Formats: sequence, structure tokens, C-alpha cells
Amino acid sequence: METSTKKIHALYNDDDVLLHAIKDIRKKEYKIDEVFTPFPVHGLEKALGVPHTRLAYAAFFYGIIGLSFAIWMMNYIMIEDWPQNIGGKPNFSYFQNMPAFVPVMFEMTVFFAAHLMVITFYFRSRLWPFKDAENPDPRTTDDMFLVELSSDGNEKEIEEFLKKTGAVEIKLIEN
Amino acid sequence: MYQLPNTVRNFAFALIIIGAIGVIYGFLSVPTLEEIKNSAHPVVTELSHHSDATVAPESDEHALHVLHQLQNKPWAALYVAIFFFMMISLGVLAFYAIQHAAQAGWSVVLFRVMEAITAYLPFGTLLLFLFLVFSGLHFNHIFVWMDAELLNPESAKYDELIANKSSYLNVPFFLIRAAIYIIGWNTYRYLARKWTIAQDSASDNKNYFKLFKLSAAFLVFFIVTESMMSWDWIMSLDPHWFSTLFGWYIFASMIVSSVTTIALITIYLKSKGYLENVNNSHIHDLGKFMFGFSVFWAYLWFSQFMLIWYANIPEEVTYFVTRMNDYKLPFLGMVALNLAFPLIILMNSDYKKIYWIVILTGIVILVGHYIDIFVMVMPATVGDQWFIGVSEISSVLLLLGCFIYIVFNALTKAPLLAKRNPFVKESENFHYYNID
Repeated sequence: METSTKKIHALYNDDDVLLHAIKDIRKKEYKIDEVFTPFPVHGLEKALGVPHTRLAYAAFFYGIIGLSFAIWMMNYIMIEDWPQNIGGKPNFSYFQNMPAFVPVMFEMTVFFAAHLMVITFYFRSRLWPFKDAENPDPRTTDDMFLVELSSDGNEKEIEEFLKKTGAVEIKLIEN
Repeated sequence: MYQLPNTVRNFAFALIIIGAIGVIYGFLSVPTLEEIKNSAHPVVTELSHHSDATVAPESDEHALHVLHQLQNKPWAALYVAIFFFMMISLGVLAFYAIQHAAQAGWSVVLFRVMEAITAYLPFGTLLLFLFLVFSGLHFNHIFVWMDAELLNPESAKYDELIANKSSYLNVPFFLIRAAIYIIGWNTYRYLARKWTIAQDSASDNKNYFKLFKLSAAFLVFFIVTESMMSWDWIMSLDPHWFSTLFGWYIFASMIVSSVTTIALITIYLKSKGYLENVNNSHIHDLGKFMFGFSVFWAYLWFSQFMLIWYANIPEEVTYFVTRMNDYKLPFLGMVALNLAFPLIILMNSDYKKIYWIVILTGIVILVGHYIDIFVMVMPATVGDQWFIGVSEISSVLLLLGCFIYIVFNALTKAPLLAKRNPFVKESENFHYYNID
């Protein structure tokens, strides 16, 4: 069994052709492991049937965390720990000083949402500093789109089919 | 071709008649000086509590002051409604010009809806201009600075600040400026409408390119005149006060109300089986604009407030003191309607393509921005004598009736699809990749 499982790399040079090819491949029920593209292709996730990203929900909660942190932080800094009289605003009341803290709340919300979202994205994509690149062909960082498929001993049939979908190059990878 | 349904026509006429009766009633029901003095009206007694000791005993002067405010009230109510609907129409014109200047592809199927809404502009601006002429002729005292006594150094009412501004704020120049804005906007509207209709049956794209250039030029003209319009027609109600971002603030209110109106009318027409090329991706895009411009409005609202609150300069801060003391509910309530509600509801991508959610949010946004204009106009004209009564509601109904009749009538004048626009195919096939 194991010996018959092989990887096939099909390269395309156009994102539209790629999208159509993926739809056709999925119709045939061949197994797509991964797709490598030089830029984000709109509609690719949907064509692949990948479940919708939950990053937006994560971002929302990170924003809430940032907002809460800013509220706590400004209260600690400006009211509790070292009350400061700025422009004659009452320095004993958080509520009466609140408008001045709104820009901080806004910035903290954005800061937390943005940074934590990037970090989440890296974790989910298994990316970290000094990691070796996973893409099998350096041309996928330039102008080529690569679809990686697994075969169950039917490589010939898949190759024939991929050619018809507009692949410009097909490689068989022995495991 | 769209046929004006009788139900819409009758509804519009009913609104106009009910509104007109209410507006007339509002003008006739202003109490006389004697009535104000004799009445145990809680508002009047409250007023004397507010005042400082030196003025309090002279109740005659108070009664006169209250009388002036109550005399202003039906006028101010009418002014808010006239401005609000004119603003929607003008905002749609600006949005429409942006679509042309940006050579936008997605919105072509909505062009005829936008054009129909701008068809209200000639009527709306004319009404507004007549109102300003009436103010200039002293039929009402909405604009304090029009009082000649304020400029006379001999007079007890002499106001140095207003006298210094009189080279800009004087009735003839004020009306000339208004005429320039209004003629400029309407000329663009007239030409844009003419050229897109001509484009429908043209064999080349000459009209399209002409309109592209004109739209770009118009946007420059618009942003300058819109800014000046906001100083003239709204900010000068409080002639001592000034805010440097006021033009943007009005623009934010204008554009969000306009996009909302486009969405509401589009969804209405779609529910009646018209606009077959509009899909939920177009509504999703309008929803994104509603969301984004709501946040933009809140950004400007808060920026204006915070800088003035922090600097605490007396002549600036009175503007917000009046609003916080006498208008607390509408002033803070509109933030809930204009920011919190659309922010929470429209944040989810899926909700922006669901028609009834867009309609619900749209109605809340329009109510919120009516209140926004209300809170800009009323404190300077009726002070603490405000309430949403017959005058306010009838004025809105009257102008809403005119608006509906003119807009839906304009929809019948041309096919609902600008079929020869070079981007019409792109617009018909428009599909936001992330929604079904």
C-alpha cells in the first residue's frame, strides 16, 4: 500500500486556469493535499472546500482584549497610581477623564487585534522564524501555481487528466 | 421601464397632505406672549431656574425670549427636514460622481437608482434657497447674525465678533454663495443625467469619457462648496462658534445617509421584481459602505468633541455645554443609533447581504442622522424649548412625501439599467468571492 502512494506536482501559470482546474480535479475526487501560490487567489479556499477561516472571530476577541487592557491601563496609570492634573480635568474620576482615553482605547484595540491576529495566523500556518520553506518549487514564489496531489497507484490516469486541465508541467515525486 | 405604482403615488400624496396640515398647524399654534406669561408651563419655570440672579426677576424678558424660541420652532423644524432630504440627494450625487471618476465597475447596475435620488436635488435645493431668502427677509430669526442691530456699535445688542465676520456673513453675499453652490451642483446633475441617457443609445463611449472628466472636476467643486455650505447653512447658526472639521463632519453624515438611501430604494425595487441584475454582492458592498461611513462619522463626531472638550476654551465649549445640558438624550442617543447599532449589526460579513437586516439598520441610521442634524440646528434656534412635536414630525412627513414622489417618478423616466455603460458587464457579473 505505502509504496503505491506518490505525490504529483502540477504547475499552472495562470490563477484563473488554476481555479477551474481545481474545480475539475475535485469533481473527479482526486485528493488535493496542498496548493502553493505566489499571491492570495480570491475564491481559492472556496474552490478547495476549505472551511471558512475563523480568524475574523479571533480578531474580534483580540480587539475586545485590547480594549479592556487599555481601559484598565489608563485607569491604573492616570487615576490610581499617579493621578495627574492635565488641562484641569478631574484626576480622581475615570469617567470624567474618559474622552481623553478614547484614542488610547482605539489604538490598543487595533494594536492587539493586529498583532495577535498575525501571530495566530503564523501559528496556524506553522510558520516561525528560521523555518525552512515548505514550498516544493521556488517558482511558486514568482509566477507559478502548484497543486500537490496524492495518488493511490493511479498516477498515469491523474497525469493524463491534469494535462487536460491546463497544467504546464507535471512532476511525479517518489516518496 | 418602471411604472409608478398607485400605492407609492398615493402614499407620497398622503404624506404630503398630512405633513402640510401639520406644518401649518405648527405655525398657527405658536403661543402669544400673554399665553407664555400666564401659563404654568414647566419649561418656562425651569428656564428661570437656569438663569443667573441678575436676569431672573425680569420675567417679561424671559417670556419674550421663550416666545422668540417658540416662534422659531416650526421654522427650525422645517429647516431640519428640508436640509436633511436635500443632504441625502446631494450625498448621492457625490457618491455617483465618485463612481464615475473612479470608473467603478461594480455599481453600474445601481446608477439609475442613484440618478433618480439626485432628481430630488433641484427641488430640494430650490426649497432650501427659498428658505434662506425668507430668513434674509426676516420672516424668521433662525440665523441670528442677520439681525442688523448686532452690527451697529451704537446699539445695546452690538456684537463685536459678529460685526467682524460681517464681510463674510451678510445676507447678499450669503445668498450669492448659496446660488453658486446650488447652480453648480444642479448643472452637474443635469449634464450627468443627460449624458448617461445619451450613452444608452450611443455607438461609442464618448459620453462616458466626457462624464468621467466632468465628474472628476465636479468632485473638486463639490468638496469646496460642500464645506462652505456647511459653514453657511449650519455652522453660522452659532455665529460665535467654529469648528475646523465641520465640513467633513457634515459630509460624513451626508454620505452615510445617502448610501443607506440607495440601499433601501434598491432593496425595495428588487422586492418588487425590478433590478434583476442587482445581486446580494451589490447589497453587501452598500452594507460595507454603510458600516464604514458610520465609523467615519463617529470618528469625526468624537474628534470634534474631544479637542474642544480638552482645550476647554469658553467660546468653543459652549456649543457642547448647551448640548450636554439641554439635549443630552438626542446628543448621546444618536451615537448609539449612528455608531453602536450599525457597528454591531453590520460587522458580520453575512449580515450585510441579508436584505431585512440592511433595511433595519438603514432605518436606524437615517433616524440617527436626522437627529444629528436636529441637534446641530435646534440649540441655536430654539434653545431648551425643543421637543419632537407636531412641527418636527409633520415637516419630515411633508418632505418625505415630496422625496418619495420625485424619486420614484424619476425612476419611470429611463430604463433601470444603464445598458451601454462600458462596465455594465462587470457590474452584472459582480460577485464578492467570500459570500454565496
